Amino acid sequence: MLSSFLIIKFLLAIAVFAISLGVAAYATYGERKVAAFMQDRIGPDRAGPFGLLQPIADGVKMFMKEDFVPANSNKFLFVLGPSIAMTTALMTAVVVPWASPVNGVALQVTDINIGLLYVFGVVSIGVYGIMIGGWASNNKYSLLGALRASSQMISYEIAMGLSLISIVMITGTMSLGKIVEQQSLGYWNVFLQPLAFLIFLICSFAETNRAPFDLPECETELVGGYHTEYSSMKLGFYLFSEYVNMFNSGAIMASLFFGGYNLPFASYFAQMVGQNWILSLIQFLFFFGKILFFIFLFMWVRWTLPRFRYDQLMTLGWKILLPLSILNIVATGIFMYMSGQIQ
Amino acid sequence: MQLTNRSKQVSNTEMTFSESLYLPAILNGMAITFKHMFKKEATVRFPDQDRPIAPVYRGQHVLKRDENGAERCTACGLCAVACPAEAITMEAAERKKGEETLYREEKYAAVYEINMLRCIFCGLCEEACPKEAIFLTDRIVSAEDLREDFIYGKSKLVEDTQHRVDVTRRQTEEVLEFKHDKSKYHNQTHEDGKDIIHPWKH
Repeated sequence: MLSSFLIIKFLLAIAVFAISLGVAAYATYGERKVAAFMQDRIGPDRAGPFGLLQPIADGVKMFMKEDFVPANSNKFLFVLGPSIAMTTALMTAVVVPWASPVNGVALQVTDINIGLLYVFGVVSIGVYGIMIGGWASNNKYSLLGALRASSQMISYEIAMGLSLISIVMITGTMSLGKIVEQQSLGYWNVFLQPLAFLIFLICSFAETNRAPFDLPECETELVGGYHTEYSSMKLGFYLFSEYVNMFNSGAIMASLFFGGYNLPFASYFAQMVGQNWILSLIQFLFFFGKILFFIFLFMWVRWTLPRFRYDQLMTLGWKILLPLSILNIVATGIFMYMSGQIQ
Repeated sequence: MQLTNRSKQVSNTEMTFSESLYLPAILNGMAITFKHMFKKEATVRFPDQDRPIAPVYRGQHVLKRDENGAERCTACGLCAVACPAEAITMEAAERKKGEETLYREEKYAAVYEINMLRCIFCGLCEEACPKEAIFLTDRIVSAEDLREDFIYGKSKLVEDTQHRVDVTRRQTEEVLEFKHDKSKYHNQTHEDGKDIIHPWKH
């Protein structure tokens, strides 16, 4: 019994690992295609049909590059930086429920009762990857990028966490599995907490260092930001972890606000198909579609909006999003008291 | 002066509440980028796909041979004089006995060089040529790594007898007629019994 449990969890972990990396690889291709289409261009189309082999070509290129370590850098921390960035990026997806249970086996690596806290903990460690990498490079641009990254991510984590407190208030749980299950019965959380979703969305742009919050990288000002001195697969890890993070925040947003794997009118579908593996498959595909939409949203915003100025970034985080999220908590509390959900 | 209908008067007034939210403006911008996803791309996949060129397009030069395969150029130097960019240089030589099949006239260009980096492809050399020896064609001058490689000598300029260069491809009927019109100054000679009419004297 224990061994079968371990095997199933092991397989699930491998699957999540593979899906995260695969989606991230093709997100790099998608990013370039979306950018091209939005600028009336074609995008990569040389490697394979429609350029579909481009991520493989990019990966091979990354591996073949010289693995350069600057002379006066801290060698250990220089390697540690991208490792932390990649590890933490891959750790988040384990608490995400992928579909309703098949034959009593939950399609989720682990449903810990503090899933949300776990996500936040892992994301907070992620900033160390960027900070250590920028510091160890012994380069002023890298250090500036790392400084920006750490202050930005710490500032926006606060508003992000506070926006989720209202979700925890209305669902009464921190387990992602339970939050998704609850949404199969009632409304999706986005209709109950639109402001929390908006704040969470903006903060997840900032947390993944995506435009318009890409000040840590900021090609036009800081050369490459925290990864200026990086090359070869170490650079690849940094760039890749950004896409894995995009996938993860898409998954978290879909689970928390858009019903996770639940289809619209979930109970009707469950009656039609029956509670079996076909329903789980449809749910998985539907969840995947939601994640892909969010990844597209990330790209869409990147190729629409210009970058924030640094003081604007801080103003938005501390003076607007933070008070708004506190206001949202208070409003949710008052509403729940008025409607008699809490005494 | 108004150049387009898209110009907007810039104002420094306070933003209204909806403007200070920024969200409507952001959504508006995203709608614009989304619309562009379905627009036709402007890209021409160049080596695979040629861009359509005008019928009078002026590209890489060719030094023509006559119907017997002899070089038409007689190294008179009129093209070099006409060239506003001073891209053309040449060295003349006298035709030896037995070279009649190689060179049409008694004098020929031993060296004929066009610097393609200097050339502005104006076509004045073609217009100046009294022997109909030099033409601009619809070919594109290829990219090179070294500056020296852009100086095209006779090896690159003179057409191959086996593979003649079709100069009519870029010539419209009007251009052809113009080139062969004897009343025009560029084809007039003293042998015609008339004075050369210089266009700048009109």
